[in-house]
Amino acid sequence: MNKDYCKLDTKVILSKNDFDLIVEHGKSCLPEEACGLIAGLIEEVTADDSEHTYQVKTVKKVYPMTNTDHSNEHFNIDPMEQLKAIKDMRALGFVPLGNFHSHPETPSRPSEEDKKLAYDSKPSYMILSLMDGTNPVLNSFHIESDNVKIEKLVISEG
Amino acid sequence: MTITVAGNEKEYDAGLTVTTLIAAEEVETPEYVTVSINDEFVASGDFETTTLKDGDNVEFLYFMGGGR
Repeated sequence: MNKDYCKLDTKVILSKNDFDLIVEHGKSCLPEEACGLIAGLIEEVTADDSEHTYQVKTVKKVYPMTNTDHSNEHFNIDPMEQLKAIKDMRALGFVPLGNFHSHPETPSRPSEEDKKLAYDSKPSYMILSLMDGTNPVLNSFHIESDNVKIEKLVISEG
Repeated sequence: MTITVAGNEKEYDAGLTVTTLIAAEEVETPEYVTVSINDEFVASGDFETTTLKDGDNVEFLYFMGGGR
């Protein structure tokens, strides 16, 4: 694992149903990249050592969206769909947690373009690799310029 | 006048432009923000000349894209 991916300060909890929804959306968009938003709740948790806190993001809703680039190499989330989703999140009492997109032919890690276009460091950036069709791989990242950290992603059965 | 910004009602003086609102709301990375007023997107080149009016509903969105 890349040494830059070592620090854990965010945990993301995603239900198995929502994981399946992301994978299903990714596969349905092939050969293009798929994309969408994730929303839910954020809480600060004190670690067992009581010396530091970390952030827990619990995904409550996944919003599959249109990749307006319609490309297997790029994605751009439809702004109008984004606007509708933001309003829906607000109505449900959720906050935006981040986004996801698929890599149909490459691993689950931020590309140079992903890093360059991650203008906001607060969202979690989930990347689904479908390069092995029988084994989709989803990771969640914190991206701040060239500094990339992998976030602990927990797939829950609940 | 009263406008709604990201779901919150705010009081501002009449004549407020989108550019001024972005500054007043301390929007992060304003160069990358997309603005909608009453569900209509405003071209970034029109931020300085677009004036808000009482009852407007404003949302700030961020470009979300990438590539492999």
